[in-house]
Amino acid sequence: MFIKEYITEIAKATKSLWTGMRLTGHYFIRLKTVITEQYPDNRDTLKMAERFRGEVTMPHDENNQHACTGCTACELACPNATIKVITKFELTPENKKKKALDTFVYHLDMCTLCGLCVDACPTGAIQMGQNFEHSVYDRSTLTKKLNKPGSKIREGVE
Amino acid sequence: MYTETQIISNSNDELVVNVGPQHPATHGVLHLVITLQGETIKKVEPHLGYIHRSIEKMCESLTYRQFIYASSRMDYLSAHINNHACALAVEKGMQIEVPQRAQYIRVIMDELTRIASHELWWGAMAMDLGAFTPFFYAFREREKITDIMEETCGARLTMNYMVPGGVMTDIHPDFQKKVKEFIELFKSKIDEYDELVTGNIIFQNRTKGVGYLSKADAISYGCTGAVARGSGVSCDIRKLYPYDIYDKVVFDEILETEGDSFARYMVRMREMRESVKIIEQLIDNIPEGEHQAKTKAVLKLPKGDFYTRVETARGELGVYIVSEGATTPYRIKFRSPGFSNLSALDQMARGGKIGDLMATMGTLDLVIPDIDR
Repeated sequence: MFIKEYITEIAKATKSLWTGMRLTGHYFIRLKTVITEQYPDNRDTLKMAERFRGEVTMPHDENNQHACTGCTACELACPNATIKVITKFELTPENKKKKALDTFVYHLDMCTLCGLCVDACPTGAIQMGQNFEHSVYDRSTLTKKLNKPGSKIREGVE
Repeated sequence: MYTETQIISNSNDELVVNVGPQHPATHGVLHLVITLQGETIKKVEPHLGYIHRSIEKMCESLTYRQFIYASSRMDYLSAHINNHACALAVEKGMQIEVPQRAQYIRVIMDELTRIASHELWWGAMAMDLGAFTPFFYAFREREKITDIMEETCGARLTMNYMVPGGVMTDIHPDFQKKVKEFIELFKSKIDEYDELVTGNIIFQNRTKGVGYLSKADAISYGCTGAVARGSGVSCDIRKLYPYDIYDKVVFDEILETEGDSFARYMVRMREMRESVKIIEQLIDNIPEGEHQAKTKAVLKLPKGDFYTRVETARGELGVYIVSEGATTPYRIKFRSPGFSNLSALDQMARGGKIGDLMATMGTLDLVIPDIDR
């Protein structure tokens, strides 16, 4: 009786190992099921999702205009003090003083890419970019100025 | 700090062995001081604090919108569920009514996160026991979930998709289609997991009857999640204290009564199937409407204290906010599931062999940043 149980147990054990190995073998001979992406080689075809949060960008239109009013809503929304908005006063045609954006400083090295600044922006001036390859040799290059030189606020944006 | 494994012998023929802080089986920087007599474990003493970032203190200087992102960094495998708990706490204080659509999206996302988390655990657990292949099988399906997350939330791991009053953006137009595709695929793949590991005789011999935790001990150590449910303690927050729309979906609370490593393993495996069931019920019925309730730009919680709890992939996560009426919380306390579950490790491992310790630890599903915070 004992020997019979012993042999059945061995048979069951062998079968259980065989089941697992059969599955491994199934995938081993089917190369189509391989899902590995050869990352640096497929950079040309690699497409990130539309909403992917890679970095904060400030889109400019063809006239070198942006939509940032310098309201600092993004600066207040940021949990890590990643954004610093420096404003200046400009004279309007009616000779009135108006607050305008001078420099939009963005510290990518401190950013956790949470997207709260984009959520807080009332004019949609900043967006999340899809670029994710941020490695650099010098850390200071990660501090960026987002508004392009000579850019102005788009007309009609309040 | 211990820089290398030090072996110390004391007078009672006992060996003190340090496992960690850098050890592949500890899944992070956890340091275990194990007292051995021969191969038998006499005592296991976890030393914590290697990645303590004082998230609770940091949250005191963040506003009620900002502190949610910090909770993703605790239990990063169920980041979305952590965010959910924080958002619920703020909503409870502000008495914000969350739109139905947002509630549906939240719960679907929660369950997807739960599946992803359990899959990673399954792969890592098998790897702890020396089986390397399951890790790749688990990640193959997990990748599909992270792709869905990336498309809708914008990030793969630390989603930060929750805001007080709903979710940050509406779901991606392809979301429902992709989730349905994934569910169909996953149902066949989960049978493969069972084939590969659950029925395996080596795996069963190494986990059955090992790391026993009695029902009474599970309660007294404050274990939650799969660790407690493996010992027969009913503690599923989704069932006992339903939040959002969990009271409208039909699912079973998984209970196993053996209390050993295999029981805890089975709880998680069966939980994945339950999560599939929940998603199937919701995915076709997402109601139209707003995805976010209208809230003020600056949130101010009234004076008082607010506690909410949710069921993460690891157990019960509690968020306790003390408010003085300002824009930032006065004090925040996170009751993390990993910390209480780890405290039961000594009880489970004592009297067992050192080889079984890794199997027991694997079934605890430890995430060290969750323990240290």
